[in-house]
Amino acid sequence: MKAGNRPLSPHLQVYRPQITSFLSILHRLTGVALAAGALLLGYWLTSAAYGPETFARAQDFLASWLGRLVLFGLTFSLFYHLLNGIRHLAWDAGWGFEMGTLKATGWLVTATAVALTLIAWIAAYAVAGGA
Amino acid sequence: MVEFALPANSKVVEGKTHKAPPGAKNVRVFKVYRYDPDDGGNPRLDSFEVDMDTCGPMVLDALIKIKNEIDTTLTFRRSCREGVCGSCAFNIDGTNTLACIKPLDEIKGDVKIYPLPHMPVIKDLVADLSVPYAQYTSIEPWLKADTPPPTTERLQSQEERAKLDGLWECVLCFCCQTSCPSYWWNGDRYLGPAVLLQAYRWIADTRDEHTGERLDDLEDPFKLYRCHTIMNCTSTCPKGLNPGKAIAEIKISQAQRR
Repeated sequence: MKAGNRPLSPHLQVYRPQITSFLSILHRLTGVALAAGALLLGYWLTSAAYGPETFARAQDFLASWLGRLVLFGLTFSLFYHLLNGIRHLAWDAGWGFEMGTLKATGWLVTATAVALTLIAWIAAYAVAGGA
Repeated sequence: MVEFALPANSKVVEGKTHKAPPGAKNVRVFKVYRYDPDDGGNPRLDSFEVDMDTCGPMVLDALIKIKNEIDTTLTFRRSCREGVCGSCAFNIDGTNTLACIKPLDEIKGDVKIYPLPHMPVIKDLVADLSVPYAQYTSIEPWLKADTPPPTTERLQSQEERAKLDGLWECVLCFCCQTSCPSYWWNGDRYLGPAVLLQAYRWIADTRDEHTGERLDDLEDPFKLYRCHTIMNCTSTCPKGLNPGKAIAEIKISQAQRR
């Protein structure tokens, strides 16, 4: 019997979504988003160095609905990745591995990230007046 | 390698439906993964309508009833029927567990049973476990000591013995191993939660005198550090053990000896 001819049993197709693995892949995805966001930050700063016209173009893009959506996603990514990073630090110290604790810290991190994102945007609109 | 989709020869097609016997009042549908290496076809999902009034309470009871009364070709591993042998590990209702200790009334709707995920299938629910067994062999799961054997047992204090609790109970069913996405994508080089829990069982054993070599062997980007603390392992362990924590303890041991 050749092992190469054997079918591979279903995995992602049948595995019930788990809070554990969902938050793990979210950590990876927000990390990727932040890497891309760092490039965006670089673009924004560079555009300012190039002069008023390029800076105005960057500002126009970032203030558009698409730009705001991207920035909103980056804000959540920043808070989630930061908070879940603290969760990872606790794991590295050997703390928080019981199933109940895992679920509690998972929800806590997610809820706090959502709350901080909303607070940041409400504060931003309050200060800048939506401009 | 990360491959989200199944290869062409592994796609699951619709299978046969076996109707309930006439007069059965309490019928439940079992959808079971079937693969016959001799017919050359793709795996399929068969439906079995089972009369629950004459069926035992566990998933394994239903599988044995199907094999006895409906389709004798249904192939699966089972032995002890009480959760100590680790044979009847399948993906049941979306997560991995032992069929013999999984009560049917914990499952809503149709009961879906697949082999352990992301493994080569030999037949029906029988996955090829050669790779995890070879990985288990590679961690040398036996007591290694250089001091001459004492005339009696190698004694431990109660505290030393307590370090093995939560480790010795593992029955090597590989539910955790095959629940881990990291093991799905890197199973050829990452040892996986079951094997690493076993590795830690010997690292934690105060009678073992080769702790340093064991840690040396695991100090590897793939063998140990493909664990990203996803924690599907601990979530699915039918014995309530914590492979994720055992792996973290190995990582801590690695950090502490630097």
